[in-house]
Amino acid sequence: MTDNVTTYLLRGVRPLGGDAVDVLLSDGVIAAIEAPGTARADGGVVVIDATDQVLLPGLVDLHTHLREPGREDAETVESGTRAAAAGGFTAVHAMANTTPVADTAGVVEQVWRLGQDAGWVDVHPVGAVTVGLGGEHLAELGAMAESKARVRVFSDDGKCVHDPVLMRRALEYVKAFDGVVAQHAQEPRLTQGSQMHEGVVSAEIGLAGWPAVAEEAIIARDVLLAEHVGSRLHVCHLSTRGSVEIVRWAKSRGIDVTAEVTPHHLALTDELARGYDPTFKVNPPLRTADDVEAVREGLADGTIDIVATDHAPHPVEDKDCEWAAAAFGMTGLETALSVVQQAMVDTGRMTWADVARVLSANPARIGRIDAEHGRPIAVGEPATLALVDPAAIRVVDGGAQQTASVNTPFRGRTLPGRVTATFLRGRATVLDGSPVEPAGTRGGR
Amino acid sequence: MRHLLSAADLSREDAIRLLDTAAQMAATQSREIKKLPTLRGRTVVNLFFEDSTRTRISFETAAKRLSADVINFSAKGSSVSKGESLKDTALTLHSMGADAVVVRHWASGAPYQLAHSGWLGTVDSPVAVLNAGDGTHQHPTQALLDAFTIRRHLVGRAGGAGRDGVGKDLTGLKVAIVGDVLHSRVARSNVNLLHTLGAEVTLVAPPTLLPVGVESWTCATSYDLDATLTGWCPDAVMMLRVQRERMSGGSGAFLPSPQEYSRRYGLDKRRLGALPDHAIVMHPGPMNRGLEISAQAADSDRSVIVEQVANGVAVRMAALYLLLAGGSSAEGTSL
Ligand SMILES: [Zn+2]
Repeated sequence: MTDNVTTYLLRGVRPLGGDAVDVLLSDGVIAAIEAPGTARADGGVVVIDATDQVLLPGLVDLHTHLREPGREDAETVESGTRAAAAGGFTAVHAMANTTPVADTAGVVEQVWRLGQDAGWVDVHPVGAVTVGLGGEHLAELGAMAESKARVRVFSDDGKCVHDPVLMRRALEYVKAFDGVVAQHAQEPRLTQGSQMHEGVVSAEIGLAGWPAVAEEAIIARDVLLAEHVGSRLHVCHLSTRGSVEIVRWAKSRGIDVTAEVTPHHLALTDELARGYDPTFKVNPPLRTADDVEAVREGLADGTIDIVATDHAPHPVEDKDCEWAAAAFGMTGLETALSVVQQAMVDTGRMTWADVARVLSANPARIGRIDAEHGRPIAVGEPATLALVDPAAIRVVDGGAQQTASVNTPFRGRTLPGRVTATFLRGRATVLDGSPVEPAGTRGGR
Repeated sequence: MRHLLSAADLSREDAIRLLDTAAQMAATQSREIKKLPTLRGRTVVNLFFEDSTRTRISFETAAKRLSADVINFSAKGSSVSKGESLKDTALTLHSMGADAVVVRHWASGAPYQLAHSGWLGTVDSPVAVLNAGDGTHQHPTQALLDAFTIRRHLVGRAGGAGRDGVGKDLTGLKVAIVGDVLHSRVARSNVNLLHTLGAEVTLVAPPTLLPVGVESWTCATSYDLDATLTGWCPDAVMMLRVQRERMSGGSGAFLPSPQEYSRRYGLDKRRLGALPDHAIVMHPGPMNRGLEISAQAADSDRSVIVEQVANGVAVRMAALYLLLAGGSSAEGTSL
């Protein structure tokens, strides 16, 4: 996959927000890092003026719904990964809740191959923990691990592995191939018919509540199970203050747990439900301002390891309806970095090096793809990078995004920062802020 | 007032204007010819996504007494088996030239969505939407008819403020609302409106039937009906319907049994006797006699339940009139 790789010279760029340098990308790797303005641009080198722009390792999403196979009306691997590249990502983990469910080697290999064909990012399929996400029988986790897709992350996301015995077995079993179970923590009985966060707003506007305890009870149980069997556990999209506190406690005990937060839980609250716009309907639900503050604190102090998008595209008709009838989920790939910049960097809570940690190095390590992704910015490392203009300002327009769906909760909002270029092993997938069709892959799409 | 979506949207002035207009409407209803020409040529659509014959008939009667043309549109469908989408239904009604849409819906927020989506008319000149009950959210005309009934009995007759208490609010009155608050749009609407009108409200329910978050509401709460009746001495007691499926097992299981509910929270003969002499007994209907209210209480001379139904027509006439005939005031118009 090194065909048509150009040599690029990024002039005056700031790796991880540090001092300006010139960075030369050649033969798929970072070939040189030199003082700004000093690197020679030989013939054939494409020079990019990256003055005041920030260079990050390519972003890694541990939680993406690409919808293919089955719901190509919402997203395809092609459109979803193009959106990912536009958002600065170079790898995504494709969730298993497709139709058919990604619970066999055949389906995960299909998704993996579609990702290869599309060529925008590396697609790493997530395998289902249980057959058909049914929560009753373990799927053939070993077969998925040994398949070409080399699955290391297993999740029934969308559903919770709520049976404690099954969860224990899954945690134990995946140790054989260094896998991890990523739990969608939602006690199903406490959340039957739930529509939004249970609290002051739900009481007033008459929507059935999704209590914080339904998330926290599962996380508490799971960290104790992980401790008991000595397994690693990943907590998907944690959303409450209580969840942050449980994970903090678990880490202080030495339990091998990692946790993620979504951009929307870092930025938005349940007050948005007051307009009954199902764009803001998501699972877990938007919580209170106090919870937003807690997840920001948790992300800044390392209790929360990563930001993952939970990019969940839906066709218009699944959102253009009554709140209670609408689908859960919101898109996120093309706004994630901007939301993190606004919530964490522009507020002084995190540096760009921290952003690289939570959006690239840590998710790459959890997904066991850290040989290729989430690498330091150093000579000899893969040229798998994202270039960001942090001074840019943009108004989010769902219709103008690369994803096939328009259900962004940030529609009409002004966000800082813009991904101007993305490189995957030296090949530009985005240049000047626009996707670059991969050469040698399917054309004319 | 462009829409009537939530009792929380009404200012004190709005609410009193609605109640005073309703009083004028009620006066016309004792005439031999009840029909007024006010809304001749206007079209009111009753859009019901949930069965409720009594509410539909009340709105239909109100619209017809104002000479409006009425179209009944019953759109079946639930969150499980979706029928025609809310959006397509709205677009259809818009093209039929509706002036007002009275909407009853199983989903909280559906009337709000209709009013704000642009599906019904343009955002600048929307078709008027009247919420006739949405999910567990609001039922503003029920709260208005309850306030009208309370004012008529407890301000008009008792306070010497003139017939029906016209011009007055409900300052100083105490209202107990008893039953399934969690699932009740009637309770939510009444808490909003009665507070706006200056009354004090205590919600009485088992803890399982009070929503998490109720502590932010403009009312008090109690788990003990007897203590509320004897210690607080309410001027009006409003009994809410309790659905039997709340007492089944599984995800129901809000209550152990109908018998226990009745014993702890039912308005029976003994509790009726504990009320102050002037206190009135209310129920939005339909009643479960023997469950939340005994026959003696329902049929006693304290009960204004039948009158609530008649007042419902007057209040809905007032709401339609103020939304469609527009005027900032009902005064000076000939009813
Ligand atoms: Zn999930």
